Amino acid sequence: MDIKVHVRESDDDAFVVELGGEIDVYTSPKVKDAITELIDQGHYNLVINLEKVRYIDSTGLGVLIGGLKRVREHGGTVNLVCTNPQIKKIFDITGLVKIFGIFDDESSAKKALA
Amino acid sequence: MNAPEPTSEFLGRFELRIPGRPDSVAVARLTVAAIANRLPFSVEAIEDLKLAVAEACTICITQAAGSEAIDITCDASSDRLIIAVRDGRYRDRPEVGKHPPVVAVEGEGLGIFLIQALMDKLEYNVDPHAGTELVMTKRVGA
Repeated sequence: MDIKVHVRESDDDAFVVELGGEIDVYTSPKVKDAITELIDQGHYNLVINLEKVRYIDSTGLGVLIGGLKRVREHGGTVNLVCTNPQIKKIFDITGLVKIFGIFDDESSAKKALA
Repeated sequence: MNAPEPTSEFLGRFELRIPGRPDSVAVARLTVAAIANRLPFSVEAIEDLKLAVAEACTICITQAAGSEAIDITCDASSDRLIIAVRDGRYRDRPEVGKHPPVVAVEGEGLGIFLIQALMDKLEYNVDPHAGTELVMTKRVGA
């Protein structure tokens, strides 16, 4: 069981949180810490890249929802990059496709922040 | 747990006890995947089972104050897998709607909703003395 969290600033001032591995009740605190730190630093437009995520459960979804709620308080947003059909299905079932911008690639997700 | 219907061939019972800690959930998930892999489930159905059992374990862990053990029983039949997840703690039966819970509370309630959405049948048995048992059924090819 593993989770990899990599935060980087892209050329167009967007911050990208790149995640890899499995996001569950054990690993989601690490993801939450990374997102919280960015928001605390005043970064309210985020791209969270889930392309390398193999698995996500409701606690992982909860972390993403929490992040989105916080950035929206500051007029920001969170766009997701997701291509895994199983994970897309989870976003679909839970209705989260309606509250997150979900994109097939990072450049589209960043473009939509502008 | 109900016994499989007479038309289906019972293949065996698998039992697993895990510590009620977050780092144990992956063990439950992977074990159930290995059991499900013995049945003619699709890859997608096995992913559904992994998520459902993990959500059930997560409910036990996040709603329990201590780290009690969680017992997982898998009854494998030719046409279905019945998974029971139980702990010794009494919890109120959650209300599960047909629609996702309002996403105002950071995902709370999403776990039980996901289980219901991904499984073919869900039973929630609560007993003040025996604790709480969540029984999920996934049919092959459903």
